[in-house]
Amino acid sequence: MPKLTEIKKVLVIGSGPIVIGQAAEFDYAGTQACLALKEEGIEVILVNNNPATIMTDENIADQIYLEPLTVESVSKIIAKEKPDGLLPTLGGQTGLNLAMALTDAGVLAQHQVTLLGTPLETIQKGEDREIFKSMMKEINEPIAESQSVESVAEACEFANQIEYPLIVRPAYTLGGAGGGIATNQAELTRIVKNGLHQSPIHQVLIEQSVKGWKEIEYEVMRDGNDTCVIICNMENFDPVGVHTGDSIVVAPTQTLTDQQHQMLRSSSVKVIRELGVIGGCNIQFALDPTSDDYIIIEVNPRVSRSSALASKATGYPIARIAAKLALGYHLDEVLNPITGDTYASFEPAIDYIALKIPRWPFDKFYQADRSLGTQMKATGEVMALARNFPAALNKAVRSLELGLDSLVCPGIEKLTNQQLEEGIVSPTDQRLFLLAEMLRRGYNISQLKAFTGITKYFLEELKRMIDFEVSLSKKGWEHVAASELKQAKQYSIPNSRLASLLAIEEQTVLDIINQLDLSASYKMVDTCAAEFSADTPYFYSSWQEYDEVEALDKKHRVVVLGSGPIRIGQGVEFDYCSVHAAFSLKDQGVAAIVINNNPETVSTDYSTADHLYFEPLTVEDVRQVVNKEQADGVLIQYGGQTAINLAEGLSQHGINVIGTDLSMIEKTEDREQFYQLLNDLSIPHIPGATVMSVADAKAVAAEIGYPVLMRPSYVIGGQGMVVLKNERELDDYLSTLIEQTPSSRLFPLLIDQFIIGDEVEIDAVCDGEDIIIPGIFEHVERAGVHSGDSVAIFPAPNLTSEHKATIEDYTRKISQYLNIRGIINIQFVMSEDRQTIYVLEVNPRASRTVPIASKITGVEMIDLATKVQMGKKLRDQGWMLGLHKEVPFYAVKMPIFSSTKLPGVDPILSPEMKSTGEAIGIGNTVEAALAKAFGWKEEHFLPISEEKGLFLSIASVSEELIKALKTITGKVVATKDTAQLLLANGYQVDHVLTEQDAQMAIENEQFNVVCDQQSPMIRAQGLMVGAVVLSRIETLTAYLNAWQHKEVEPNTLKGYQNGVNDLNKVKVEV
Amino acid sequence: MDQFEGYLVLNTGDVLSGKWLSEPFCQEGELVFNTAMTGYQEVITDPSYAGQIVSLTYPLIGNYGCNDQTNESVHTALSGLIISTPCFDPEHYQSHYSLVDFVNRVGIPTLYDIDTRALTKIIREHGEVYGKITTDPNDQPVQMSVDPELVKHVSVKESVYYSPQANLLEKHVVVFDYGHKQSIVDALLKAGCEVTVVPYDTSYLTIQSLDPDAVIFSNGPGDPASLSAFLPTVKAVAETYPTLGICLGHQLIALAFGGKTSRLPYGHRGSNHPVKDLATGKVMITSQNHGYVVKETTIDQSQWCISHLNVNDQSVEGLRHKTKAIQTVQFHPEAHPGPVDTHHIFADFVESLCLKGAKQHA
Repeated sequence: MPKLTEIKKVLVIGSGPIVIGQAAEFDYAGTQACLALKEEGIEVILVNNNPATIMTDENIADQIYLEPLTVESVSKIIAKEKPDGLLPTLGGQTGLNLAMALTDAGVLAQHQVTLLGTPLETIQKGEDREIFKSMMKEINEPIAESQSVESVAEACEFANQIEYPLIVRPAYTLGGAGGGIATNQAELTRIVKNGLHQSPIHQVLIEQSVKGWKEIEYEVMRDGNDTCVIICNMENFDPVGVHTGDSIVVAPTQTLTDQQHQMLRSSSVKVIRELGVIGGCNIQFALDPTSDDYIIIEVNPRVSRSSALASKATGYPIARIAAKLALGYHLDEVLNPITGDTYASFEPAIDYIALKIPRWPFDKFYQADRSLGTQMKATGEVMALARNFPAALNKAVRSLELGLDSLVCPGIEKLTNQQLEEGIVSPTDQRLFLLAEMLRRGYNISQLKAFTGITKYFLEELKRMIDFEVSLSKKGWEHVAASELKQAKQYSIPNSRLASLLAIEEQTVLDIINQLDLSASYKMVDTCAAEFSADTPYFYSSWQEYDEVEALDKKHRVVVLGSGPIRIGQGVEFDYCSVHAAFSLKDQGVAAIVINNNPETVSTDYSTADHLYFEPLTVEDVRQVVNKEQADGVLIQYGGQTAINLAEGLSQHGINVIGTDLSMIEKTEDREQFYQLLNDLSIPHIPGATVMSVADAKAVAAEIGYPVLMRPSYVIGGQGMVVLKNERELDDYLSTLIEQTPSSRLFPLLIDQFIIGDEVEIDAVCDGEDIIIPGIFEHVERAGVHSGDSVAIFPAPNLTSEHKATIEDYTRKISQYLNIRGIINIQFVMSEDRQTIYVLEVNPRASRTVPIASKITGVEMIDLATKVQMGKKLRDQGWMLGLHKEVPFYAVKMPIFSSTKLPGVDPILSPEMKSTGEAIGIGNTVEAALAKAFGWKEEHFLPISEEKGLFLSIASVSEELIKALKTITGKVVATKDTAQLLLANGYQVDHVLTEQDAQMAIENEQFNVVCDQQSPMIRAQGLMVGAVVLSRIETLTAYLNAWQHKEVEPNTLKGYQNGVNDLNKVKVEV
Repeated sequence: MDQFEGYLVLNTGDVLSGKWLSEPFCQEGELVFNTAMTGYQEVITDPSYAGQIVSLTYPLIGNYGCNDQTNESVHTALSGLIISTPCFDPEHYQSHYSLVDFVNRVGIPTLYDIDTRALTKIIREHGEVYGKITTDPNDQPVQMSVDPELVKHVSVKESVYYSPQANLLEKHVVVFDYGHKQSIVDALLKAGCEVTVVPYDTSYLTIQSLDPDAVIFSNGPGDPASLSAFLPTVKAVAETYPTLGICLGHQLIALAFGGKTSRLPYGHRGSNHPVKDLATGKVMITSQNHGYVVKETTIDQSQWCISHLNVNDQSVEGLRHKTKAIQTVQFHPEAHPGPVDTHHIFADFVESLCLKGAKQHA
């Protein structure tokens, strides 16, 4: 069937900022889908307020709205653009919910917008558990006993009819937020109460638990002609009970017979047909390990994290094909782009195992509850491809970047057997490592299975690898046979691990491997197990003999390092940068080779690079690829700290690290050298020093004076960074740090005087002589808040021309001194009187603000930086040099937190980063832009009314705050101290409450906004009831000011830029 | 466990080294690969693989063990098995034997630790490849063509009668056995039919004496052209009784009615082959195992219509006679292994017998 001819203009809703449960997979899916639509001549209108995405790039859609994802905002866009169709299934839960809300509001009917792809009723059938349940009963598909309830009493009543444990699943929430498993009535009451709050329709499902069954997933596609295909099935390492987003997952299933597979396949097909899905659908099953009994756990009638994983695991581009199906195409009419000459109506056959491990934020949030259950906690994930299970596991563990090269996790060896046994009963992020330790201690498979319910196959495979490692370590170096070394490499055991097992130097291992002429060989991902030749394949390493990489025929070949899993401090923005570096290389006629291991991203799309390698980002793994490809060198500036950290190691192996010289990178990372550099350039820096011992730390802190800012060196996202007010706090901090950090990594520690001033930052492209600074970001919060967690305004609204000149001057001096070739990020702090500008830190790499600066100004920074690194001059690129003239509108970067997903994590802003993503707001005034940024999503920019007011508990005030408070017409309540402080500054609150009463009032939902600097309990309570929780008076002031400018029309980025595109272009003389 | 080296030597000159999973013994065969990711036991016991050394492209084999219920035939017929990584300690509630036990019980020479992807590419590039599983890397295969007597080896020697347990329909189906899979018989029994499996060389008169309501020409190994002596019987039987041809049976019917077959470059073997039903336009995923194919241009389109086509290479996947009750499919509607998308072919076939009511004698 030809495509639907009446559809010419389509609105696509993106998934917005990254939060737990909704990460980069939707950038990947959305980008693919938009391009697939454009290919068909469709005019694509995109709404997505996540600026750090490829999806929102100029060439991905025809009109791009970086505007709030609210009914109000999107309704206006629909009224303006009048699209023929709306594609809602590519923007995750956010996109789906918004499409449903728009339908309910009558907006789609009013403007005659057709919902494309999966029909709305289907979405509701999949999402509303009661409807889903009755539908499954109708078609005779088994589901767990369950009931939807809207109160705790109803929940308890149902619980009395069936047995505990019971699963609680709130309706319409992301990543299972607010859910859990209850083993008794007290737990049930607590979980249901929270779940009802989290569910937008105040409904939760109470469900009989099939804990311990195998959890199996199917990714299915269906077209309008009722043809159904299974793209991939997956088996969870963890049995039912852990959210699939928090489970270790393998594809395809490993322990199902063909009969069982076909049984679940047939069930999937039956369900997708009954639902009437057009496009992709994910179905989760629980399968009894002792029979063929199964139940359907849930159905997601949209592209999802699992579909991204299935796409990368098989090569089949689900989102792209789903977009084509939404336009009316049939599966047998769409080409499989990987093979180029077979069609999308087939089921991929793979000849490797794909293994995913989630990346959890517990390395940062050590105070968080690490238990895994029905509520997802991971921020990202890694995928490894291999020819056997141990190799996949080893690769995935390396890819996590936890500093581990094996299943040995430092600290675990100190645990007693009893602690280990207790530790594995309930799943946590560490369970895999605990299991490995127990196998090393001689526990047998049956014991471990009894503790965990994990399928024996997986435990056996773990044991196989651990036994092999143990046998190697017992043998000693001289007695290890070549065949055993080959086996070790076939298990993907890295040289560093072999060195420690055999008690020799890593270099010795490498020498022997080279002598034996062993090397990695690369196999293709081709969707068809080599049955057909492939056009655009990608690769993974094995150590079997046969290698399939055909040399790229371009003269120059350059490797771009990706940034690995999404984690706090290193998000999708670095994927944006890696992808642009690859695009730029291709534009310049250079072969682009990308290495990354994050299955969610655009960088691991088969079409991004000339060659893609799904590999861990370690020196050894990268070196092998560079050697295989005979690459000219490696670009390390775009993959965040992950890539920068490899620079030295790669260079030591003689690999050309392109761009800024390594010794210069070192100067920015080593505090002594860095301060020396600033001194040489007469640039002020904050008094501070590097210390190597506890005593040293105390002495230095006393000398520079409290408060001090302290952190370990070489960290990302301000990990472990704190402001310390006195020596007692210093003592506490150090003793906590010593407990958590292996002593080898504790020192050096960096101590600086803490200056409470305004912060600004820039990103610049430099070629050693010239620089381009597209603009300056000004942080709303003063120093003490991690730059990733500050609200930032671009261009900076409150700087004088002298300030700007100074910033430009410092940037030029630093980049020339360091001979920066590529990109640089510099953070500054101003003294309180704004007379002195200190350089806070220099990052010789791309930063999270690069996508925003690039998009807002049109200066494609990564492209320019890559060109410089390929030898071009900045002055020949058509842009004016130096600090650019400002665009006449403002963009606000709003950090987005996933605090509700992580019980135990205090949302207070601090030097340690906590946000998982960011939203953008654009407006012609600062306030308008702020309003859009605060109002990024429904129910996030709440009014302060008489019924639901503002609660204040703060330690300081500012003139601006007092002024802003006076604009409030609603109720303002404060603690006694705060009320006095405000009164002293000329503002009287309406009521005063004790902390205890305040907590009660918050619980009773009397406040829409809570600004608290004193009590973690108050902040946690605020989050629980869905209030806006702030902890800085600067943020509150901005919030209040923004509220005055709420009514703003949406506009496209091009619309804002209208007429200013050439502002900083070099005028060509005729 | 013995882990000494075994070799797969090919007529292409390639020698792949691996380890013995079975007791070491040498055997030759045509090399084929199967891309299914589950169903290794069904593949191992499928008689259509007679004379072939089968390489499984999925690398992790044996994870759910083997049992006594999943066999597609009593005797395994394939010449050898090649895999990458076996599982020695399987776990599944149905499992009785590990893969090692199983291949030794049924006596199939099996090598593991072989780069099966490399082997797949060799087969794909050369098409027809012969090889030998051996203990000697300098060994060479002698066989250079498909054995014309494969069907004779795998067919039953005498008729076997099965009666259904339930749903009795009082319909009797005769299955010509060229190396049938047990799942074909099971599907008929489940539908309520009585089944008689007869030797491949059964005469028309014998069939007549069995008085069937319908006939199925089964799957089987080898080149259909080597069975040309039996084509007159095939034609006479098919013209007399409602007929369903599966795989080799489909090819034989095409040949019997004047069509021609040819060798596919490297066969279709796996559980993921898309087939389009030209009547509905729907695509179904099918299980396949064939090295030969009916040539579209040789079909008498005044008598026959092409009912199914392969989506990937547009090869003929099914035929239907325009006036007679004859239907044939190249794929395996009985599945095992593979999807059951086309299982309705059995149901439709049996239903058509019931609709016709009285027996249709010539």
